[in-house]
Amino acid sequence: MSYQGTKVNPSKFHTSQLKFYAVLIPLAFFMMLPIVFIISHAFKPIDELFAFPPRFLVQQPTFDNFRDLFVTTSTSGIPFSRFIFNSLLVTVSVMFLSVFISALAAYAMAKMKFKLRKAMFEINTLALMFVPIAVQIPRYLVVDQTGLLDTYFAHILPLLAMPIGLFLLKQFIDQVPEELKEAAIMDGASEFTVFRKVIVPVIKPALATVAILAFQAVWNNIETSNYYVNDESLKTLSFFMSSVASGSGNTIAGQGMSAAASLLMFVPNLVIFILLQSKVMNTMAHSGLK
Amino acid sequence: MKTRRWNEAYLFLTPYILMFGTFIIIPVLVAAALSLTYFNTVEAPVWIGFKNYIDLLTHDEIFMQNVLPNTIKFALIVGPGGYIISFLLAWMLAQIPSKPRTVLALIIYSPSMTMGVAMSVVWTIIFSGDQAGYINSLLLNLGLINAPIQWLQSPEYLMTIMIIVSLWSSMGVGFLAMLAGVLNIDQTIYEAGYIDGIQNRFQEIIYITIPSMKPQMLFGAVMAVVTTFQAGEIGVQLSGGNPTPQYAGQLIVNHIADYGLIRYEMGYASAISVVLLIGVYMLSKLSWKLFGEKE
Repeated sequence: MSYQGTKVNPSKFHTSQLKFYAVLIPLAFFMMLPIVFIISHAFKPIDELFAFPPRFLVQQPTFDNFRDLFVTTSTSGIPFSRFIFNSLLVTVSVMFLSVFISALAAYAMAKMKFKLRKAMFEINTLALMFVPIAVQIPRYLVVDQTGLLDTYFAHILPLLAMPIGLFLLKQFIDQVPEELKEAAIMDGASEFTVFRKVIVPVIKPALATVAILAFQAVWNNIETSNYYVNDESLKTLSFFMSSVASGSGNTIAGQGMSAAASLLMFVPNLVIFILLQSKVMNTMAHSGLK
Repeated sequence: MKTRRWNEAYLFLTPYILMFGTFIIIPVLVAAALSLTYFNTVEAPVWIGFKNYIDLLTHDEIFMQNVLPNTIKFALIVGPGGYIISFLLAWMLAQIPSKPRTVLALIIYSPSMTMGVAMSVVWTIIFSGDQAGYINSLLLNLGLINAPIQWLQSPEYLMTIMIIVSLWSSMGVGFLAMLAGVLNIDQTIYEAGYIDGIQNRFQEIIYITIPSMKPQMLFGAVMAVVTTFQAGEIGVQLSGGNPTPQYAGQLIVNHIADYGLIRYEMGYASAISVVLLIGVYMLSKLSWKLFGEKE
């Protein structure tokens, strides 16, 4: 058998890689189909949406579905733009705040000495396994008792603590040499200055990764709208989406609109990930659990 | 000097601890406490000891006959299945050059971004029950079926569709971590391995790749367990209601929502939550046993 070891992460194409392409390309093609479908479906005019036999790809693309989506309001009279506004407000708040508080805590856990450091990191690692949906009822009670029901805070606060975010940031900050911090302390910098001027610039890839994870957690979230908010005008786009999808998925006007809304939900996910993907891979290299 | 730093660390940690405590620790403790009570949200909780747990194990026919077998089946296929597929794909992606790898990895990862929710509309259209549904139309044309099938409303097919959709979207964070893990293995370890008599790529995976990226394998395994249980809403999303048709797609998280948020039996629902949390914890510990570094 010939020597094969150097083939991992090859720099150029070689015929021996064909077998991997032979598996990966068809598979990627199949995985892409539903996404291609939603894009195509969102642009279909009404006669194509219900054509028989159904056609997978759009023939004469139109923006009708998107126009309908913006013009039509939900059953209770809330305009679609209101849901977009709510989602943007909630998403930006959660992304910014959760990255900020996770980074602060991760810095303390990686570069500062205190008694409970080891115990706290272990509790956080344990919480990686936490399944929020399992305690949806006590969470509801907490939100109720703290008076957050029917406010924007009900969308934001429950999502801020992301154990995986703290975990990834801490692993990443661990890689920053101790000397960088010590040199800054020598120059009279406070811990917060070290954090802001020394650490934050070098952990940007990890910050971007946690921001993406936060984005995905909040943008796609429907629990907060379902359980913590009764006021329709405070609900988010993802909730509106899922109610359009389950309520009117098969009615004539509903199907095109829900396809268009799905696309609007999906595209920001994709764009953000494409923009930041190299940073994500860089962070994931330090994701190991020991 | 030392005390000053000691204090400051907690200052850095406070916002996180506050949120972590309020929305993770307290709910878990409240669930544990409520699970020992009868609580209908109107009257104050009444202490009833372990009655909820006993009822769950002895009286809840739906739990024993539908929910538990469904959850075990779903978790066993989607958890390890998604995990193994993630690893194999990550490994294969590592064998091709960087540019095509990035494109393919993005395509494979993209379904997981949708978390099943935004995409449930796609699946409801594709699996639509009339003859204009895409799958029905395709199968009718091929002559494989004679009449359209109510895919999402029929107990026979719902679970299979849930599993397919979940597997489709299971290449998430764990997949990316494993991809980074394979790529970061030191090349010289492979060279040494071949000198030591490794014969083929299968041996290479077993003796070099997996042992060298154990931390990422473990991270991926924990993520697989968590996302499997998080995906529990999928059956309700696809069929459009809780409970799912004849409880065919009823998973443990739906059972919790059914009792807690529809019947308002919060004490009983909390007992189910505690059982679920213990289950997730034990599965994660099992992953730790398999991949954790022995000290």
